[in-house]
Amino acid sequence: MTIEPNYQLPQQLSTGAAEVDDLYMFVYWFSVIFTAIIVGVMLYSIVKFRRRPGVKAAPVGHNLKLEVAWTVIPLFFIVFLFHYGFKVYVHNAVAQEGALEIRVRAQKWRWEFEYPTGMRVNSEVKIPVNKPVKFVISSEDVLHSFFVPGARAKKDAVPGMYSNVWFTPNTKGPMQVFCAEYCGTSHSGMLATINVVDDAEFQKFLKEGEGPEPGEDPVAWGKRLYTKNACNTCHSIDGSKSPGPTWKGIWGRPESFVDGSTGKVDENYVRESILKPQAKIVSTFVTTQMPPYTISDKQIDAIIAYMKTL
Amino acid sequence: MGAVSTTAPARSHEGTPDPNENYLKATRGIASWLFTLDHKRIGIMYLVLVLIAFGLGGTFALLVRLELFTRGKTLMDADMYNRMFTLHGVVMVFLFIIPSIPAALGNFILPIQLGAKDVAFPRLNLMSLYIYAFGACFAVYSMVDGAVDTGWTFYTPYSTSTNSAVIPMVLGAFIMGFSSILTGVNFLVTVHKLRAPGQTWTRLSLFTWALYATSIIQVLATPVLAITLLLLTMERFLGLGIFDPKLGGDPVLFQHFFWFYSHPAVYIMIVPGMGIVNELLSTFSRRAIVGYMFVAMSSLGLALLGFLVWGHHLFVSGMSEYATMVFSALTFLVAIPSGVKVFNWVATLWKGSIRLDSPMLYALSFIFLFTIGGLTGLFLGVLAIDVHLHDTYFVVAHFHYVMVGGTVMGFVGGLHYWWPKITGKLYNEKMAKFAWFFVFIGFNVTFIAQFIMGSRGMPRRYYDYLPEYESFHRISTMGSWLLAFGFLTMALMFVQSLRNGKKSSRNPWGSAALEWQTATPPPLANFVKVPTITRGPYDYHLATEEELSET
Amino acid sequence: MSAEASSAVADDAHGDHGHDDHGHDHPKFLAHHFDTPIQQFESAKLGMWTFLVQELLFFSGLFVAYGVFRSWYPEAFSGASHELNKVMGAGNTIVLLFSSWTAAMAVRATQLGQKKQTSLFLLVTIACAFIFLGVKYFEYGAKFHEGLLPGKYFGHAFTAAGIFPESTFPTNLEPSEHLPAHASSYFSLYFMMTGVHALHIIVGIGVLIWIWRRNESGEFSKEYFTPVDIAALYWHLVDLVWIYLFPLLYLID
Repeated sequence: MTIEPNYQLPQQLSTGAAEVDDLYMFVYWFSVIFTAIIVGVMLYSIVKFRRRPGVKAAPVGHNLKLEVAWTVIPLFFIVFLFHYGFKVYVHNAVAQEGALEIRVRAQKWRWEFEYPTGMRVNSEVKIPVNKPVKFVISSEDVLHSFFVPGARAKKDAVPGMYSNVWFTPNTKGPMQVFCAEYCGTSHSGMLATINVVDDAEFQKFLKEGEGPEPGEDPVAWGKRLYTKNACNTCHSIDGSKSPGPTWKGIWGRPESFVDGSTGKVDENYVRESILKPQAKIVSTFVTTQMPPYTISDKQIDAIIAYMKTL
Repeated sequence: MGAVSTTAPARSHEGTPDPNENYLKATRGIASWLFTLDHKRIGIMYLVLVLIAFGLGGTFALLVRLELFTRGKTLMDADMYNRMFTLHGVVMVFLFIIPSIPAALGNFILPIQLGAKDVAFPRLNLMSLYIYAFGACFAVYSMVDGAVDTGWTFYTPYSTSTNSAVIPMVLGAFIMGFSSILTGVNFLVTVHKLRAPGQTWTRLSLFTWALYATSIIQVLATPVLAITLLLLTMERFLGLGIFDPKLGGDPVLFQHFFWFYSHPAVYIMIVPGMGIVNELLSTFSRRAIVGYMFVAMSSLGLALLGFLVWGHHLFVSGMSEYATMVFSALTFLVAIPSGVKVFNWVATLWKGSIRLDSPMLYALSFIFLFTIGGLTGLFLGVLAIDVHLHDTYFVVAHFHYVMVGGTVMGFVGGLHYWWPKITGKLYNEKMAKFAWFFVFIGFNVTFIAQFIMGSRGMPRRYYDYLPEYESFHRISTMGSWLLAFGFLTMALMFVQSLRNGKKSSRNPWGSAALEWQTATPPPLANFVKVPTITRGPYDYHLATEEELSET
Repeated sequence: MSAEASSAVADDAHGDHGHDDHGHDHPKFLAHHFDTPIQQFESAKLGMWTFLVQELLFFSGLFVAYGVFRSWYPEAFSGASHELNKVMGAGNTIVLLFSSWTAAMAVRATQLGQKKQTSLFLLVTIACAFIFLGVKYFEYGAKFHEGLLPGKYFGHAFTAAGIFPESTFPTNLEPSEHLPAHASSYFSLYFMMTGVHALHIIVGIGVLIWIWRRNESGEFSKEYFTPVDIAALYWHLVDLVWIYLFPLLYLID
């Protein structure tokens, strides 16, 4: 069962989320009451003390006690708030012992996850429910940020540095991942999903790796991979302009490349372009921003099958 | 016939302008404006430029919101959208809001409120104006040359690797920074050295105190931005390697450098607005501001504390936990001086004699909207909450509440208030209230929706979004139309006032402040006779009936 | 407080505008928005000091960057600093210190009403500035030939033909024969810091020449030496910045 605390906040999908939400709601209600008092006094004043002929404003004296009071009392409040906030932060900041470590590599414009076994997947990562997971994050190019609203977790992905964020998911099902640091054209397309499953399914997945859904034919799987591996952030399928060559009519298409050579889009070309995009750059695209992918041959076959239908 | 005068007001010898003449009429011709040394004319020229900038930045905003009205492509592709929000930010921050109150209104009013003839360095003042315009040209050139798509914050390595016209834009901001610094130097010296006899520090207007505090920030913070932008330019141009990890540099170092200026910068933006609120509240409550010294000192307090909190923009950047803790604690402290002001303002209203003229509506809006903006800053100062809210629309709503709900309300309120003083004319009060209504409602509709979608996880600087955020985006966009309508009505109102507005009396608002004791519009030398100050600007119990007369 | 006192005096002395009946008119050098010469002088001084504080903060960004990188790559910094010529650096330091003295002497000469001496001291100051720049030209030239250049040009020696041949260093992150890894960061900062400083010297030369010309045309006197004073203040700052740059860049070990 998922709990949506209120209209302002997303579902609490990790064990640490409730604490953060309580803190948020505390500050929220304080703010509401404070604002209501200020506005109340203001509205009252502009009615009660509106300008009337012959009535002067009251003289302004010195009220040191009042001035000190409303300087010092907020000071106490913020000390309390800082302390409360800091406790929750520290609690959520240090990863638990024995957390499952998942390596996250951010690149324009996809998220790649690597399991402890060395298996790498794109855009969708499976983790077991009720077990702490620590994401070790870095970027291959510019700044990105790994944001999981359901866990109230966020950390920047910085090139040349490792950062980490951890939480314990408490609900089976998908958790949305956003990129939260502007990174160019498809910043808003750099999405991922964390699939929280029970431990047995997770272990099975670790052993067997990624494959098509039961009953899914290669073309359908390839179509799903087109989105899952974030090919869609750079390659259109309807012929419209995109940062990379469109896949519409791609199969068998003759291409000329930046180094002056020419070729045809066949199985070898597709495989090379996915694993080593720098090797052949279509001349109208001068430079490439495509990251190299580490995906299985089965996945490449499925993508090829899909391409053939476009 | 007056030869074109290029010096500050002289005594009325043959051929020089009469210092007692209305400053608008004392000299004529375009050269008398372009080469003027009169702070009032310089202020007006700044006003024209910042209003153009506001219109431009506002247009970018409307386009951004229009694109976000539907999911996917509405009007433009992602690359164009990224340029739109970047330009909105750059134009609004560097071309509009930083100069707005100090350079436009401050230039006009500060010397008069001090009882001085001009600022300390009139030629430097004119140079500041031209430096600003020159820098703005670089920014415009960049826009025409493919514009920039980095966000106004220019984070590396994206800004050092993207193909857009980063260098001219960054150089434009660099140049405009010098304008800001020189204005700060000018105002600081003016307040110290050019006060009229009897104008003690405790008889200064709170707007003066605010400009003084702002000038300190401008002088100390802007050079750090300058060196940051210079380093960024060299990083792009020479591959310097300070910020690029591939060359041994650190991208987070850029963030530290950038925010070391840009956080104090937001106090450059808000403190003058707060200064104006004091003027408006006092005049329209016919009462001295409660807690004068506390309010004056709180401006200085904000200036100081503003330098200590830049790290709160970097909580999730990979900074050490220790650093995040220190910055969070300091960030909370900065709430105290702001709170002091709000409490004193409300206390001023209590038992005042209040009239809800249009400038007052803006002052009251400021208090309400700034309170919300400031409180939402508390959310962001709490580490655990900021982790969730950072880089979401919650932050966007927060800073729009303080910068638009705060500074712009203050600027617009001041513009309404001092409009008769500057132009000698009145504007249509009914139209002003009508415009205010749409500005106020439109603003809240636009940005409350953004608080909610932000806390629900909607990230910022997003061209496209998930379906669950669509209704929020639509509401926000429609709010922006109401807001735009309000501003357009206001613009029309001011144009009509210039064309055939009623002539204003010397003191249409019945204020006790010094600027209203001289002619409206003021003479070239500001005062026919250098005043000797015997009371403060808010001392309604000491002002004579003649001084307060509105006819 | 002097401003107020002098303003009060001014109020009496000048009264309304119109022809002054007081014998002591507004001196020609007194700008019309000021009431007394002392007010104008103090304003100019305060203004220049404020501007100098701002200059300090401008350079401080570079010093902070220096501090950060030196703490990360201490061997690179001490190793790379050996590439600089200490003799030339020390020579330049003495030249600038001397020029600060001549600048101060120029102010003193103006205060004593000695127009010729003022010009002489100003010209010597300017000459020192040119010597400084000349030495820097040779230093930079040496770096260019050795490929010790900022940023992406590091390792590419600049030849007389104006081209950058293949890099003489593997990459700028790895050590070469005689330089430790990350030496390029040192040189990036070296060029930024000395380059920005040199720009300030050039601006200073322009300002000093302008002041010299104004002195030649008889504008300054015992009563009015403000521009010389504040120009000299600026020059002292430029010298001060170099006093810090020299040990930090040249004398790391």
